[in-house]
Amino acid sequence: MTTTWDAREEILALQKVSVHFGQRTVLSEIDLSIGGGEFIGLIGPNGAGKSTLLKVLLGLLPPSSGSVHVLGRAVRRGSAVIGYVPQKIHLDPGTPLTGRDLVGLGLDGHRFGFAIGGRHRRERIDDALRSVDATHLAQSPVGRLSGGEQQRLLIAQALLTEPKILLLDEPLSNLDIKSAREVVRLVARISRERGVTVMLVAHDMNPLLDVMDRIVYLAHGHAVIGPVDAVVQSDVLSGLYGYPVEVLRTRNRILVVGGQDTELEDWNLAGEEHCDGGVAVS
Amino acid sequence: MMGTWLGEMATAVFSPGMFSFSFMQNAWLSGTIIAIVCGTAGFFAMLRGSAFAAHALPKIGFAGAAGAVWLNANPLLGLSLFSIGGALGIGWLGKGARRDVVIGLVLAFGLGTGALFLSFNNEYAAGAISLLFGQIVGVSQSEVVDTALLALLSMAMLAFLYRPLLFATISPESAEARGVSLRMLDILFLVIIGVATAITVPIVGALLSFSLLVGPAAAASHLTHRPGRAIAVSVILSVLSLWVGIALAYDTGWPVGFFVASVVVLVYAMARTGATLADRRQRAKSVVATD
Repeated sequence: MTTTWDAREEILALQKVSVHFGQRTVLSEIDLSIGGGEFIGLIGPNGAGKSTLLKVLLGLLPPSSGSVHVLGRAVRRGSAVIGYVPQKIHLDPGTPLTGRDLVGLGLDGHRFGFAIGGRHRRERIDDALRSVDATHLAQSPVGRLSGGEQQRLLIAQALLTEPKILLLDEPLSNLDIKSAREVVRLVARISRERGVTVMLVAHDMNPLLDVMDRIVYLAHGHAVIGPVDAVVQSDVLSGLYGYPVEVLRTRNRILVVGGQDTELEDWNLAGEEHCDGGVAVS
Repeated sequence: MMGTWLGEMATAVFSPGMFSFSFMQNAWLSGTIIAIVCGTAGFFAMLRGSAFAAHALPKIGFAGAAGAVWLNANPLLGLSLFSIGGALGIGWLGKGARRDVVIGLVLAFGLGTGALFLSFNNEYAAGAISLLFGQIVGVSQSEVVDTALLALLSMAMLAFLYRPLLFATISPESAEARGVSLRMLDILFLVIIGVATAITVPIVGALLSFSLLVGPAAAASHLTHRPGRAIAVSVILSVLSLWVGIALAYDTGWPVGFFVASVVVLVYAMARTGATLADRRQRAKSVVATD
């Protein structure tokens, strides 16, 4: 067991965090307390404020009010304590960059000048590549890799600073079901082995049901946090959305559907992309 | 027999005076310097998709040079001021989707203003042609020193910004999360392109200097998978293209810009064809291997 962080220790704390863009309230009084080694799924429909919350956590967007603390200290931009995995990189297939180059940027890409090679640097990159099972991708041109392979390299890149928190921005949205499952399993393993707190953003909670410790459900700028069984309930989510929604459980999958005829276009509230249950909404 | 034939060939290619005339020595020296800068800066221009900016900045630099000629000032000074000013303007005003519009307007404004300044001069046609299409007699001895200093400045900036620029280009969101300022890098890089432009225009010309900035780097990206090597290959191809261009321009008396642009296109086409063929062979091999 390599966990260095007591699971009860508070790693990430948000107090009454609100973000307004002009008249519009994007996040409203969010309170979160997240411990070491927790696997958190940040779930919500499009436009719920997930990306805004990520920017606040990264220190890129100062909240309009409220406070954000990471390891007891006020959040700041560029902190090595937080590893960030972007949704996707857009690279031309011919881009002269190998998997090793991409991962190495996570170690010292923000520093000025050239990277000074050396065994220590090489070993750390090798180690990160190994931990995402991507050693064989080290010499491949990144632009020609699949979405899932690129995602693994981006996770390795984020791990190089040995962060205590890993933020993943919709890592599953561009992947097929099999690659998505592999990425989830990989992130869960990293969280377990390294004691890293994970916050994984997704619009579909189902691929995460087996690995999530708690869920943060975000809608209309409001958040509810807790175990999946406590949060994903018709009455809780109805309160969050501000209109009746219904939670259906079928074949170990959860569907959140709008309960009113007038909300039919919203029946797919939680973005059931991989829905194979054939659920009819009436 | 063979010896005289080789000798004749050599005199035809390396015409007398090619290396001994002082204006030719200036041309070789400053040509090599600008090719190194363009090969290096071009790597990032290609990676960042800044080809349009690299196309527009020489045009605004052209206006600066024409204005300097009109005011009897140092053309290189006019070139530098205008192309760096244009770079800052594109960086500040051209955010996101509006960038193409701003670059297009800078380009048009540059060409238009340049035409106006040239019309104030007496030698309208001759001045226009050499500024637009380049000339190998375009550099004096003192300008070689200025060129070298500006080249040193842009290379030092590129070396200093190498890692964050690569990071911000490859995965901007991660770079930003690590504290890299995308906006500052963007503007600084445009300034570097502006400086590279300013020293390239006197020899290669405002209309054609763009080819040296984009072609060799694009060719290099087909030949290697590593960023460091790609820059090295890009510099080598850029220097060779310019050398061939200068030699042929001296032999024929035709504009150097024509030869540089043509050689660059040829190099790019060869690199791309070579890469495609190698790719196909590799794929065929792997199919055989899996069978």
